[in-house]
Amino acid sequence: MPAGDAHRAAELAARASYGRLVAYLARRWRDVAAAEDALGDAFVAALTAWPRDGVPDKPEAWLLAVARRRLLDAGRHAAVQGRALPALRAAVDEADGAAAAASVFPDERLALLFVCAHPAIDEGMRTPLMLQTVLGLDAGRIAAAFLVPAATMGQRLVRVKTKIRDAGIPFAVPDRRELPARLEPVLDAIYAAYGSGWDDVAGAEARREGLADEAIWLGRLVTRLLPDEPEASGLLALMLHCEARRAARRDAAGRYVPLDSQDVERWASPMIEEAERALRDAARAGAPGRFQLEAAIQSAHAQRAHSGRTDWDSIALLYEGLVRLAPTLGARVGQAAALAEARDPAEALAALDALPSAAVASYQPYWALRAHLLGLLARVDEASGAYTRAIDLSADEAARAFLADKAGALRNISSPRVD
Amino acid sequence: MKYTILVYETEAAFGSRTDDRKREAYWGAYRAYTQALQAAGVMIGGAGLQPPPLGTTVRQRDGKRQVQDGPYAATKEQLGGFYEIDVPDLDTALDWAGRCPAAATGAVEVRPNLSM
Repeated sequence: MPAGDAHRAAELAARASYGRLVAYLARRWRDVAAAEDALGDAFVAALTAWPRDGVPDKPEAWLLAVARRRLLDAGRHAAVQGRALPALRAAVDEADGAAAAASVFPDERLALLFVCAHPAIDEGMRTPLMLQTVLGLDAGRIAAAFLVPAATMGQRLVRVKTKIRDAGIPFAVPDRRELPARLEPVLDAIYAAYGSGWDDVAGAEARREGLADEAIWLGRLVTRLLPDEPEASGLLALMLHCEARRAARRDAAGRYVPLDSQDVERWASPMIEEAERALRDAARAGAPGRFQLEAAIQSAHAQRAHSGRTDWDSIALLYEGLVRLAPTLGARVGQAAALAEARDPAEALAALDALPSAAVASYQPYWALRAHLLGLLARVDEASGAYTRAIDLSADEAARAFLADKAGALRNISSPRVD
Repeated sequence: MKYTILVYETEAAFGSRTDDRKREAYWGAYRAYTQALQAAGVMIGGAGLQPPPLGTTVRQRDGKRQVQDGPYAATKEQLGGFYEIDVPDLDTALDWAGRCPAAATGAVEVRPNLSM
């Protein structure tokens, strides 16, 4: 295993403990920032103590004990600001008990996830908050993925944690009645960390760099904590299907390869198998949802590895269901792409024309698909204009080159292609 | 925790207070809401406010007092009253806020009180 991978593996292993410890402490102190600070101190203490005295039998219990002492110290100072010391002491005793009893303490990351995606939290901050509190990512890394300065992201995270504490957002798992509505923003926030999964549209934006692993990790966590929620399994299946094709999305020269031209040998079959299992688990509940349908579409694409062909009729049908359930721009553009294959480009173009022009103005997949369809219909000038627009909207260099190649090939078109 | 439920009402709602055909329903809804808060033992204070035109806004600038007729901000919904409640957490406060009559027509803001 290369050093980088070993480091990554260690990071992933530490991640499981970090989130559990933060969740446990934050729930008792009702203060995420204080819990993180105390745990940070505990990790620093471990760096000096463990090499000297050896790694303790129960490392998590050790960290928990140090962290709660830090919290109690901080609590004494905070007591002058009106925070109740008796309540703190009770919490400390409880933590002590848990630490002494075993290295096993309750996993309360689910409550923490619901806090992070609480409707009272700014939507744009839910994903960064999860990445930091549940996974322990530092503000700099989160900032890089979200294309904002590290200091800005740091300030926003501080503000949002202050709101959690001072507005009294409860550390609780919503009851059955409220769970579906409250789970939706949790899943949305995880999917936002994954980035775009719409690689079936020619030249669609690449996923957000560096956070796909984290998103899948969170997806697996939620399915483990809520095994009976079909949409959680659906989301995991969707991300795994998209991730399975990562290597195949670029050829040896680094060029972008659209889904229908990808070499199926380069798809990661273990990930596809895990995705299919998750999708089967989801289907058992008999309650289809947006993520399950999106995953089913990706599953249909994955079938090409076995059948050698893509069943566009099924895909178009699944898109119809998806659009009925969640008529997002992405879904409607995806549906148009499927219609082009299952029926004909003119029908697909009509579907694109029906979309509101203000909404699609800066939506890259729309222009990439529109250009492709106009090319098929031999409307060369219009196609060329749409390609230019799609290229301008593409941040990814490989996608730009791919679209430029297709635009260049327009010159060879003389009559409408019929297939 | 102590929260204040700020009740922002539409102009139509303010009008209902004195409209002979609507006043019954308007006051009835608020009476029922207030009684529910009291019965649950969560209400610690509050007041209904006269309509925005009766407001007067004061600013102290450079040692001079500027007085202006009307409410502070000219928005579609205006503060019509407030309730102070004491509940365990934000979710409970939001549940109560959602039952306020203005939630269905205007808007209701929940703010934690500063502890002093």
